[in-house]
Amino acid sequence: MSTDGVNHSKRRLLVAATSVVGAIGAGFVAYPFIASMLPSARVQAAGAPVEADIGKLEPGQRMTVEWRGKPVWIVRRTDANLKDLASMEAKLRDPNSDMEQQPAYAKNQHRSIKPEYLVVVGICTHLGCSPQYVKIDDPHSLGADWKGGFFCPCHGSFFDLAGRVYQGVPAPLNLEVPKYSYINDTKIIVGVDKEGGAA
Amino acid sequence: MMKTALTASLGWIDARFPLTKMWNEHLAEYYAPKNFNFWYYFGSLALMVLVIQILTGVFLTMNYKPDAAAAFASVEYIMRDVEWGWLIRYLHSTGASFFFITVYLHMFRGVMYGSYRKPRELVWVIGMLIYLCLMAEAFLGYLLPWGQMSYWGAQVIISLYGAIPYIGEPLSVWIRGDYVISDVTLNRFFAYHVISVPIILLALVVVHILALHHTGIGSNNPDGIEIKKQPKNEKGWYLDGIPFHPYYTVKDIFGVVVFLIIFCGIIFYAPEFGGYFLEHANFVPANPMQTPEHIAPLWFFTPFYAILRAVPDKFLGVIAMFAAVGIWFVLPWLDRSPVKSIRYKSPIFKAILALFVISFLALCYLGMQSATPILTNFARGFSVIYFAFFLLMPFYSTWGQCKPVPERVTS
Repeated sequence: MSTDGVNHSKRRLLVAATSVVGAIGAGFVAYPFIASMLPSARVQAAGAPVEADIGKLEPGQRMTVEWRGKPVWIVRRTDANLKDLASMEAKLRDPNSDMEQQPAYAKNQHRSIKPEYLVVVGICTHLGCSPQYVKIDDPHSLGADWKGGFFCPCHGSFFDLAGRVYQGVPAPLNLEVPKYSYINDTKIIVGVDKEGGAA
Repeated sequence: MMKTALTASLGWIDARFPLTKMWNEHLAEYYAPKNFNFWYYFGSLALMVLVIQILTGVFLTMNYKPDAAAAFASVEYIMRDVEWGWLIRYLHSTGASFFFITVYLHMFRGVMYGSYRKPRELVWVIGMLIYLCLMAEAFLGYLLPWGQMSYWGAQVIISLYGAIPYIGEPLSVWIRGDYVISDVTLNRFFAYHVISVPIILLALVVVHILALHHTGIGSNNPDGIEIKKQPKNEKGWYLDGIPFHPYYTVKDIFGVVVFLIIFCGIIFYAPEFGGYFLEHANFVPANPMQTPEHIAPLWFFTPFYAILRAVPDKFLGVIAMFAAVGIWFVLPWLDRSPVKSIRYKSPIFKAILALFVISFLALCYLGMQSATPILTNFARGFSVIYFAFFLLMPFYSTWGQCKPVPERVTS
């Protein structure tokens, strides 16, 4: 084949232009496939709020409701528990809840609307295990000054009874407080707050 | 008459497809060093386990249902109601562990005899890609029975991606296709496990062997001597080489027989292998509301899991864990020893390699245990040795006195 009279720079330009157009085309084709792996409309719609009846909860008791596939704990704290919260602060990473792990109305020492009832997502902020609820008088090996709280057996993180994370454990953040509100004194709804905003 | 017909049809094929050429290149005229020992069984054994996994996997998909509401029950259905279903399932679950046993021994062989060194760097790198695929395949497949360990193991591992700054959270949602591990995740993991990863794995195995059989490279050997640099004899053989077929095909068949005796012994008498091959917690259906008291990955992941837990920071822990796997890729460029094989390396190198093996096994053990403060400190120490083995190799591989390497392979 004769290569006389070949315009090399024109040929290079054509090769480059074809490659660029091809690559852009490939990108456009790839997008639907990548986007198809995002949460579908049905998955997004499944995040409906759930109601919980807290009327039968005894002091110190915990109940679990499922919200968006995750466990949400509601713990009725005793007066002693609430008094202990202040004494925990020196041991905690974020005692004042400065990180955005709760709605504004739960940014207080007890991290809840009513001090008595704690509502948190029961998923460890380290790698997503669900910690255990270990009360002060439960048999445990968590040290003599354990005031009750949550212990994650997967990688050994501790949280106090307001879901606040201890220092020197793998979990970086406090447990998440979901949006919630009281329908009446014995009923709360998880996923909706007073301002009417669904989470 | 028969013979001429066969020769004629072979000629017909050879004119249209390089059948005889390929047979000769990879088997009948592929010259492998004559001094292969015990450690050279594990490449062909890994290949056989791959065939077992694909074959049993196809039959499992005939009865398995990738649906969060039906998956656990469909595995029990295979175990109890499907004719010979228990055997096919145990072959597959035991095969997964044996895949890692053979591959770890195959890799250790490479480390001992310097098989990763020039000119086999790419053989090693491709092999590492196979190992990565294998890890992905094992992880994806472990979600499918939808037991407690399946669920929480996947939860922990996918949450690792959440540790990446900025893109971490959206990335893990994209991987799951949901905000938590759910039916959506199970369905897509099934697709990856039975289609995407096996295709890549098979392609990489072919590329691994092609790179090894490339002109002038060929297999390394326990002496670390390049047999293709030596003259050929009157038959055109390399002096220290023998044709792979029939010499090593016959040797490998012996290995296969011994392997299958052990393999079948486990399948028939200890298929769960005391919770090491099938974890106890996985006989409980997945429950997103409750994590099992003690969760640990299967034994072949525990060294890396122990390293993850040893680091007290979430993001750095994830980095260390991935680095522990990734660092193997650059091994060919870390070793600066003048000799390839452990047989001629300095006593310093041998001692450090022994220390590394102890650390790897110790991390494997520690990753299975609950993380108490004492064990975590041990895991930290062994993690340091693990990384030091690689990072200091450019220095210590040049220390000490190596033994002289002979001209020809020893018998």
